[in-house]
Amino acid sequence: MAWFKRDKPKIETVSDDEERTVNTSGIFVKCPECENPLYRRELIESHQVCTHCNYHFRFPSRDRLEDLFDDGKYEKLDEEVTSADPLEFVDTKPYKDRIEQAKQSSGLPEAIVSGSGKVGGHLVYAGAMDMSFIGGSMGSAVGEKITRLIERALEKKGAVIVFSASGGARMQEGTLSLMQMGKISAALSMLHEAKLPFISVLTDPTTGGVTASFAMLGDVILAEPKALIGFAGPRVIEQTIRQKLPKGFQRSEFLLEHGMVDMVVDRREMKDTIVRMLDFMMGCS
Amino acid sequence: MSEANEKSPIERVRTARHPDRPYTNDLLRSIFTDFVEIHGDRRYADDPAMVCGFAKLGENEVCVIGQQKGRDTKARQMRNFGMPKPEGYRKALRVMRLAEKFGRPIICFIDTPGAYPGIDAEERGQAEAIAFNLREMAGMKVPIIVVVLGEGGSGGALAIGIGDRVLMMENAVYSVISPEGCAAILWKDAAKADLAAAALKLTADRLSQFGLIDGIVPEKEEWNVDGEEADLGERFTSVADKLSKTLLENLKELKTKTGDQLVQERYKKFRAMGRWSGNS
Ligand SMILES: [Zn+2]
Repeated sequence: MAWFKRDKPKIETVSDDEERTVNTSGIFVKCPECENPLYRRELIESHQVCTHCNYHFRFPSRDRLEDLFDDGKYEKLDEEVTSADPLEFVDTKPYKDRIEQAKQSSGLPEAIVSGSGKVGGHLVYAGAMDMSFIGGSMGSAVGEKITRLIERALEKKGAVIVFSASGGARMQEGTLSLMQMGKISAALSMLHEAKLPFISVLTDPTTGGVTASFAMLGDVILAEPKALIGFAGPRVIEQTIRQKLPKGFQRSEFLLEHGMVDMVVDRREMKDTIVRMLDFMMGCS
Repeated sequence: MSEANEKSPIERVRTARHPDRPYTNDLLRSIFTDFVEIHGDRRYADDPAMVCGFAKLGENEVCVIGQQKGRDTKARQMRNFGMPKPEGYRKALRVMRLAEKFGRPIICFIDTPGAYPGIDAEERGQAEAIAFNLREMAGMKVPIIVVVLGEGGSGGALAIGIGDRVLMMENAVYSVISPEGCAAILWKDAAKADLAAAALKLTADRLSQFGLIDGIVPEKEEWNVDGEEADLGERFTSVADKLSKTLLENLKELKTKTGDQLVQERYKKFRAMGRWSGNS
């Protein structure tokens, strides 16, 4: 698997965010939830889910697609569509540099990778977002890649599946990022009219403009356990209402309880669940 | 060109937020006639941050949807500072559906810091309410004209912003995040809002260059008025006239198109938004 081959030197100071992805440099990995040691091998086999407490580590986007498509085989799509710097945005660092850095450290061309292939025999166009590329944020390139997935599905009568993992719209592309919400949702309107399936899978975390557009527009919406899912981030809400948030607020199980998602699905059962959905929507193949 | 053109981005942000600028309700009293407000999303509640109803623009029966801030403390609280909750977006969609049913054009006025970020809003599906509006507006078979009146605050603004024509007042702003929020995250200092405002290119002239809006309604100082709400209508007559004229022109053009034509062209317009590297 792609993440296994990573040969980057290990960083000594591990931030809160990094702890959630599997550290691949040692033989053992400590689960941040139950603190049990896990064999690296064991984790690969369990799709990076803790075998003791079912904690879901963040899952790299390429592995997602490999896991989804039959025999792990799919055709990569639109790898050449990458972020530009239309606003010539500079904060404490130029956006151009951030893009380059993200490409280097993640080994990905963009915050989403996409591909086409068969899932349970059904024709599927799928995308998987990746937190390791500028927080999985959605700029013009992400919007374009998802829109193209939808347009291809429309043309070839396929299904669309998107795994979300994103902090929301990408600030460095300003209003252009915001409009990607409209662009993708408009494409989904056509997919809906054409009676073709869209399955949205929410993974940790899915917030902001991604949640408030395509991620919540699935015919069915599946969520991985305990993923943070919301419109506003917890910190913004706390600052607004000036009180602590209840435990479990904005987690997958909370959304299920409030009728906002269809199922909370363990990653190891994700593919079977998706195939079951596609069978219903597209007929057994 | 008016002197407002010389304003810096952060000055425009402040102007866009100025409480003496006209709000949706002011326009309903000045450029529209026979307005009747209708209420509620039929699911949970009525949201005073979102004003919806039927009105006449000249000879045209239209549906008007607009976010409404409050001018004084009491009104601000009542309107939740113009930050709609899910029921506000769902009411807006319900009313748009009525417009579609009866073949009436929809006019939306955007003026919000953003969708309300609170526990109750999250529980009732703020994200879903916004997302659903985006998709449903894209398929609406009647003309939709959107005007960014003051503050276009991110997804909470866009949720009533998918139109055949998207216009901006000269001093309005439209952004993915507030300059303060952006500065707090990227500069780690909310006081750098002026830098963020400039970097975000959130003003009408810049957004027009990026092909994100279709037109700019010129303003004059008359928009920045102080005084009783009752006189406001008279005070900004000049700009109100321009806005009214622009709306009527666009309406006339859009009314010649079929529903399917509108949907197709609307899709094309939003489809073209974005700038990236690689083939296109
Ligand atoms: Zn564990």
